[in-house]
Amino acid sequence: MSSTIDTSDKSATTTRRGFLKGSGAVAGGVVLGAGASAAAETENLPPNVPDWMKAPGDPMGSQPYGAPSPFEKGVVKNISKNLKQYISASGRTPLQELDGIITPNGLFYERHHGGVPTIDPAQHRLMLHGLVERPLIFTVDDLRRFPSESRIHFLECSGNPGYTKPYGKTASDLVGLLSCAEWTGVSLKLVLQEAGLKPEAKWVIAEGADAAALTRSIPIEKCLEDAMLVYSQNGERLRPQQGYPLRLLLPGFEGNMNVKWLRRLHVTAEPAYSREETSKYTDLLPDGTAREFSFYMEAKSIITRPSGTQRLSAPGFHEITGIAWSGHGKIKRVEVSVDDGKSWQDAQLQEPVLTRALTRFRLPWQWDGKPAVIQSRAIDETGYVQPTLAELLAVRGENYFYHNNAIWPWRIAADGEVTNALA
Amino acid sequence: MRWREICGVAFAILLCAPASTARAQSPYGIGRPATAAEIAGWNIDVGRDGSNLPKGSGSVSHGREVFAQQCASCHGDNGEGGLGDRLVGGQGTIGTAKPIRTVGSFWPYAPTLFDYIRRAMPQNAPQSLSDEDVYALSAYVLSLNGLVGADATLDAKSLAAIKMPNRDKFVGDARPDVK
Repeated sequence: MSSTIDTSDKSATTTRRGFLKGSGAVAGGVVLGAGASAAAETENLPPNVPDWMKAPGDPMGSQPYGAPSPFEKGVVKNISKNLKQYISASGRTPLQELDGIITPNGLFYERHHGGVPTIDPAQHRLMLHGLVERPLIFTVDDLRRFPSESRIHFLECSGNPGYTKPYGKTASDLVGLLSCAEWTGVSLKLVLQEAGLKPEAKWVIAEGADAAALTRSIPIEKCLEDAMLVYSQNGERLRPQQGYPLRLLLPGFEGNMNVKWLRRLHVTAEPAYSREETSKYTDLLPDGTAREFSFYMEAKSIITRPSGTQRLSAPGFHEITGIAWSGHGKIKRVEVSVDDGKSWQDAQLQEPVLTRALTRFRLPWQWDGKPAVIQSRAIDETGYVQPTLAELLAVRGENYFYHNNAIWPWRIAADGEVTNALA
Repeated sequence: MRWREICGVAFAILLCAPASTARAQSPYGIGRPATAAEIAGWNIDVGRDGSNLPKGSGSVSHGREVFAQQCASCHGDNGEGGLGDRLVGGQGTIGTAKPIRTVGSFWPYAPTLFDYIRRAMPQNAPQSLSDEDVYALSAYVLSLNGLVGADATLDAKSLAAIKMPNRDKFVGDARPDVK
């Protein structure tokens, strides 16, 4: 039974994870060679003693900075090969290949507007000026002297995904401009207090030290609520792609506002109305008006396994799992439907459920081998329910572009193949 | 007596003033003062009202020359777009099914054009153009969009005085919009 449904049965004898990756070969470029698997079956499987037990492994020090197993070389960022240019561009996290809620630093999504600068931290400065009592300049070491804190938050690009076809094939294609990390830094509030805010201070214009000198205006309320100046991510210093040596973190706000390579904070009475916050990151409505200063990422979820381009090996037990998140706080509930939206049931939420962080959800499922459509919807602590794409399009139209938080269903065919049900 | 009280209060204030100033100083004593010269060198933010625009000016005709040298390879000879964004045209399309977003059709404030060109363009050498060249490029792009004449020269005052066609078409964030 299973051998007739599982078209890649050569790899079915390897681990389940290995199998799923093999079935994702189209998107991830992972190829588990049938010949290699066959050889492994004869030489390394019971009752034989595997090769890697018959000789010492690599010596200590062969990898001063560790890298994943060579068998995981297909798990890399999802970077389009057809971009007009790669200086102002983005690369996606392979969400369907990851477990838990923390994105490894090497797989964190990227969005740059002027390339990735190489900054010597000894020559980097943060200037804080404008409507403050004492304009100040900080070195990176200065900022590390402040009381520090660590928090887990997601970051998501505002355009993740667009509203119009062609829609992506994989979970990464659809919402891979999303990642989550433990961030360490100093509360922006402490640094602003160090300079002393004047009463008329209402906005802080943040500027990056990249070739775009990217500029976004942050409302002072957010700066004093939970904004951070971050220097470390998942325990190590920020990667250059994430703003080394210093970035702004605005939990729940659209990604581009979390200014990387942060070099300047200009405290003002009104926004900069920079190019990025007028001509670019605004949301065009059908009547020709455009929403500006649309900061928060609304509640959203997606099933990452099984998901597009994967294949169920056989009818029977399969865990449905995915991630949910909301810029407005904690995920309260995730509902999953396995019958094309006719009925919904609560998924299990993996602890810890953190505010403005990814939350892992799971649902045990017995697949009967018939075609099915599966999907998830998130409900956050404000009571907001993740909408359908049709509901969003009805209000926003096709030219809106940003902040698409639609439910995304996956179609499972009788042979187990998983595809985008809206494509 | 009264005079003594007043003197006493004044003396107390004198004594307290340095102490409260010290408290108002940086709570952690981290960082150093930024000088006016340092701030002037780094603060390139131009307000939508033209605040902080530098001295100088630039003409459409000079802008045409700079554009051909620095911009046309990405934005097209006439700002029609290519590797870089389309800069020209599209007025009247924003509320249609196929909006064409350009400086002329979509950007709400002309000083933002100066701000963006100065900080980020050309992409291969940002912050390399003189203020005069940036004024000239701003003037040229605005002239291609019919917003200033072909003989115009723009400075801080005249750039800030331009009313962009789409200025009043921006609204606040009305989400959650699906309930």
